Amino acid sequence: MAEIIVVTSGKGGVGKTTTSAAFATGLAQTGKRTVVIDFDVGLRNLDLIMGVERRVVFDIINVIQGEARLNQALIRDKRVDTLAILPASQTRDKDALTKEGVERILDELSKEFDYILCDSPAGIEKGALLAMYFADQALIVTNPEVSSVRDSDRILGVIQSRSKRAEEKRPPVKEHLLVTRYDPARVEKGEMLKLDDIREILAIPLLGVIPESESVLRASNTGTPVILEPNSVAAEAYKDAVARFLGETRPMRFLEPERRGLFARLFGGRAA
Amino acid sequence: MSWLDFFRGRRQPASAAAAKERLQIVLSHERISRDGEDFLPRLQRDLVEVVARYVTVDAEKVNVSLERGADLSTLAIEIELPGPKALKRAS
Ligand SMILES: Nc1ncnc2c1ncn2[C@@H]1O[C@H](COP(=O)(O)OP(=O)(O)OP(=O)(O)O)[C@@H](O)[C@H]1O
Ligand SMILES: [Mg+2]
Repeated sequence: MAEIIVVTSGKGGVGKTTTSAAFATGLAQTGKRTVVIDFDVGLRNLDLIMGVERRVVFDIINVIQGEARLNQALIRDKRVDTLAILPASQTRDKDALTKEGVERILDELSKEFDYILCDSPAGIEKGALLAMYFADQALIVTNPEVSSVRDSDRILGVIQSRSKRAEEKRPPVKEHLLVTRYDPARVEKGEMLKLDDIREILAIPLLGVIPESESVLRASNTGTPVILEPNSVAAEAYKDAVARFLGETRPMRFLEPERRGLFARLFGGRAA
Repeated sequence: MSWLDFFRGRRQPASAAAAKERLQIVLSHERISRDGEDFLPRLQRDLVEVVARYVTVDAEKVNVSLERGADLSTLAIEIELPGPKALKRAS
């Protein structure tokens, strides 16, 4: 049986798709058979972030409506051979996404894969509810910013009351906090919420902290999951998070601002 | 490029140009299909139907792949047909 992981946040634009692409790639690199599904019907973007946009033929809605087989819609990654992507539809109506359809797809994927990642759309509407409904674990992507923390709290409540596990009174969905776009320099100046404050308020186990990093934009420009970028602090932080997810203990890194002299500032550029 | 960039050196090739090229290709395709109904599922069904008039086709053995390019896209529909051995066994 595959483990189903939802990547969610409530708030938009906090880094769910960036995280889904990086995390799925990181898991697949360890040899785990991994598939990542875009649930953002009408606004698909995972294909671009994964760099497979030119190879999309069919999508999740085509499969749900019986117009294509699951295997035809799955895009096998050319960089990591244990990784596959199931794109969202760009043209169809969101209502085409049904609970029965999603369940059928997840059941079929469970036979072939170890991990199924669900990249949730923002909000708490149908797409987001379906992305989290079947989850065994949840990555709660949160930025150090008031509205993001509040929305994360809201989505945690939704998971705890409206997921399949909650409805069937089974053991609850395992929650993980992933703080992204963390800027230690601004935290130090008191302009941004501290990690400890976020942990205290949300009170769920911390999986990782991904620093604000220029390499995320570079990666999205070229369609590379950021975890594959060389010399990137974000890539290193995502690798740590994947390792912790798989049971390793690793210390948190990149929590302090870089202290660099004039020389480094001249020649080193900003945080990669 | 400012003198600071000069000193820093351009260690990474600029990636924004790649972003523009990728977007131009994917958007030119999306704009064409935006209003029209998604034709690929129907195309696949029709093709398989035609082929099935002549030989037995296993729906599980149909593969469709697409590679979008700026000047040219390639659509490949691969239909695996049973060989003589398999046909003999079936009869
Ligand atoms: N660690 C980071 N450092 C710098 N920029 C980042 C980081 N993580 C994400 N971003 C940027 O934030 C923006 C939003 O990221 P992303 O698309 O992953 O968010 P999302 O939560 O999936 O958004 P949506 O809710 O619209 O689906 C993007 O421009 C991305 O490049
Ligand atoms: Mg997204």
